[in-house]
Amino acid sequence: MFNKTFSAAVHGINGFLVQVEADISDGLPEFLMVGYLASEVKEAKERVRISLKNSGFKLPVKRITINLSPADVKKEGTAFDLPIAVAILVTLGFIPEENIRDTLIIGELSLNGEINKVNGVLPIVKMALGQGFSRCIVPLDNAKEGAVISDIDVIGVKSLEEVVRYLNNESIIEPEYVDVEKLFQHYDEETDIDFSDIHGQVAAKRAVEIAVSGMHNILFIGTPGAGKTMLAKRIPTIMPELTLEESMEISKVYSVFGLLNNDQSLILKRPFRSPHHTISLTALTGGGRKARPGEISLANGGVLFLDELPEFNKNTLEILRQPLEDKDVTITRLNGSFRYPANFMLVAAMNPCNCGYYPDRNRCSCSVNQVQRYLGKISQPLLDRIDICIETLQINYKELEQNIINESSREIRKRVMKARMIQLERYQEEEIHFNSELTPKMIQKYCNLGASEKRLLEKAFHHLNLSARAYHRILKVARTIADLEDSLDIKASHLNEAICYRSIDKKYWSM
Amino acid sequence: MLNDEYIHWLNCLPDIGIKKANELLDYYKDARNIYYAKEEELILIPSLTKQNIESILSDKNKESAKISYDKLYKKGIYFVTKDNTAYPEKLKHIFEPPMGLYVKGRFPKTDIKTMAIIGARNYSVYGKEMAKFFAKELGEKGIQVISGLARGIDSFAHQGAIETIGGTFGVLGCGIDICYPRENIELYTRMEQCGGIISEYGLGIPPLPGLFPMRNRIISGLSDGILVIEAKLRSGTFITVDYGLEQGKDIYAIPGRITDISSSGCNNLIKMGAKLVTCVDDIIEEFIANCENLCLDKYCDLSSDLKEELNLNNFLGNKKIYKKLETKEKIVYDMLSLNPKHLEEIILNTDLDMKELIDILVNLQLKDCIKQIGNHYYVLST
Repeated sequence: MFNKTFSAAVHGINGFLVQVEADISDGLPEFLMVGYLASEVKEAKERVRISLKNSGFKLPVKRITINLSPADVKKEGTAFDLPIAVAILVTLGFIPEENIRDTLIIGELSLNGEINKVNGVLPIVKMALGQGFSRCIVPLDNAKEGAVISDIDVIGVKSLEEVVRYLNNESIIEPEYVDVEKLFQHYDEETDIDFSDIHGQVAAKRAVEIAVSGMHNILFIGTPGAGKTMLAKRIPTIMPELTLEESMEISKVYSVFGLLNNDQSLILKRPFRSPHHTISLTALTGGGRKARPGEISLANGGVLFLDELPEFNKNTLEILRQPLEDKDVTITRLNGSFRYPANFMLVAAMNPCNCGYYPDRNRCSCSVNQVQRYLGKISQPLLDRIDICIETLQINYKELEQNIINESSREIRKRVMKARMIQLERYQEEEIHFNSELTPKMIQKYCNLGASEKRLLEKAFHHLNLSARAYHRILKVARTIADLEDSLDIKASHLNEAICYRSIDKKYWSM
Repeated sequence: MLNDEYIHWLNCLPDIGIKKANELLDYYKDARNIYYAKEEELILIPSLTKQNIESILSDKNKESAKISYDKLYKKGIYFVTKDNTAYPEKLKHIFEPPMGLYVKGRFPKTDIKTMAIIGARNYSVYGKEMAKFFAKELGEKGIQVISGLARGIDSFAHQGAIETIGGTFGVLGCGIDICYPRENIELYTRMEQCGGIISEYGLGIPPLPGLFPMRNRIISGLSDGILVIEAKLRSGTFITVDYGLEQGKDIYAIPGRITDISSSGCNNLIKMGAKLVTCVDDIIEEFIANCENLCLDKYCDLSSDLKEELNLNNFLGNKKIYKKLETKEKIVYDMLSLNPKHLEEIILNTDLDMKELIDILVNLQLKDCIKQIGNHYYVLST
């Protein structure tokens, strides 16, 4: 007696199909499981046996063999409990075979037959749709998460008993339904943080606008309490709204991480991840024995905010260099290599020195060497990937008191969107989307300067001791500023502003 | 062996400082006698410890002194003892004069005035610019600038004076062949040509904290006046000032704002009677007033334009460029000083649009009128 059901596991952030085969034959009574299983999958044996018993099904005294195929890929996770149980029940004749065709089943069993939540439902359901399945049976707690994918029935179930009745057509469970469009509309109304909360900081706000428009990474420098974190937290509010496609891509990572639930079945806001500076290397980039996405993948499509940048472990920071270039991170382990998306905007913040008050000599007693050592904690290659740098200033009481209505995020976002559209149009034929991704070759093509602008840049280059890298960064930022002003050419004023926001160099720090 | 070599040996002996060495010299009259002294004699000197005696008798020390003495000449270092005619006259009259001095380059000339410019290691932009400015101006008027080649104000004083006719001299608090702090190596090598490097300590003596206060007596001793640029209330700078007062030198100080901690020591000095200096002529005036054995003509031509340079623009040497600036550029320029001012502050205090202001700031930078400190702080450039 042989039968099979379909289930799935997560590989990287994508689902992959697993066939659960069950065979019941004569021989020594035994429950065998094969197919390159991780220990939590091996333990499924006990959960399945006991939950079947507690749901009122008696296992025959026979040899039960379960195989998870493909047998050469390591199976991890607890989502195989339910399909194994169903496969056994089908083989025993409790469920007709034709009723489980085109059905993908996932779920973790508890000993009393209840079905528990699992991770990675979203990518699995998406995969199921791609493979041509017509319905998925998932734990009730994950139902909404799976239901955001339309064109496939997602059935949320609570217990094994319920599943059996449903598959025997004895009861009807309505497919879960989520109105994705409504979700998006609803999101638009509620924003508790807004750029209008920030008083003063004109230059900093402008720098942020430029940074978001061209997806430039940005570094805030400032004394404690100068509003660095406040600014950073508001960056996602001026980024373009998520499209459904982007939202799916982001939600997939959150799904694998187990961060989605019925209240939040889809990530609707751009992520803002701000890991503490004690974060380990694997927690930041992903990995571990059982490969898992890290903070940079959770920040995909949004902002990765590293507060107190010099306090981060040096190795942890250096690892960011490759994802910042490639926009994804590949983690290779013995049992496969996983690609996680990491297309984020890096926002970093730091104090100017150990005590935080440099160059105010009345409050800062750091020697120039100490200040330089503090900055030296961040490597030049990482600084090279940060195009814009802005020093924030603690605002005074007078400004806080002023009743000026500041520009809201919505207004800023409009300008950002416009600048982004210009860029998308310009780079149609290239593989890039934003000015920040321009290669030196492309810079020559797209950042053409007039004669007088060239002279200006040359003068700045010599007078301000710019490095060759700073030169390219200035051009990229100037391009974005020109786009914000809907100007075809880069003008002198654009260059000047870019020069003003240029990032720090080592030599830059000394007085 | 020459007498110098004996003194070099005595100078290099570990555990025997200047005090004990002078005592020994008083007793034995000659370094040679100490060199050949017997243990029985040395025991009779009460101030010598057992360790001291061992050190004097040690053959190893004698051998190494001999080797290092030979090395001196190969390295272009001169060892000048008190008996030598080249030994600076001024130092002979101070308390505990060094037995001998190692010198790279030359000593300050005795017929020309020498000014010590000293200050804190942790400096502000104001201190930096003042040190450079005064050192340069004094140097150009033919005055020799002496300092301690330490971090901060000392280094800027040397930098300011290095290419002037006066020349600049550094007194080290470590071995003559050791450049401390290391980042001053360029300055160190250039000063060999444009002046001199002087130390009381021989080859390879590391920069120990205890040595620095001692070298300050040489700085003050070699100078005719001491100019304190920037120092907090409790600063090592005042060790030099104290030596200077003891040795009867004039003390000058550059004032700072009373709210600036980094200038509090200077202001305090002025309160106690140091001469307040706002321009170079404040110093030169004093020099002319009490120059007895100097050739006056060197400074005479200067008295004509005395007291003229008091305004800040002139200080910063930008008067000509200032006239050429546009109105708005002038507004921004006038707002800035040597105290760093943040971009946001400038925006608040002028009614200019931010983009326009940035344009102006960059242009002013390109005209070398202002400088950026940190990331968005601006100061006037000199």
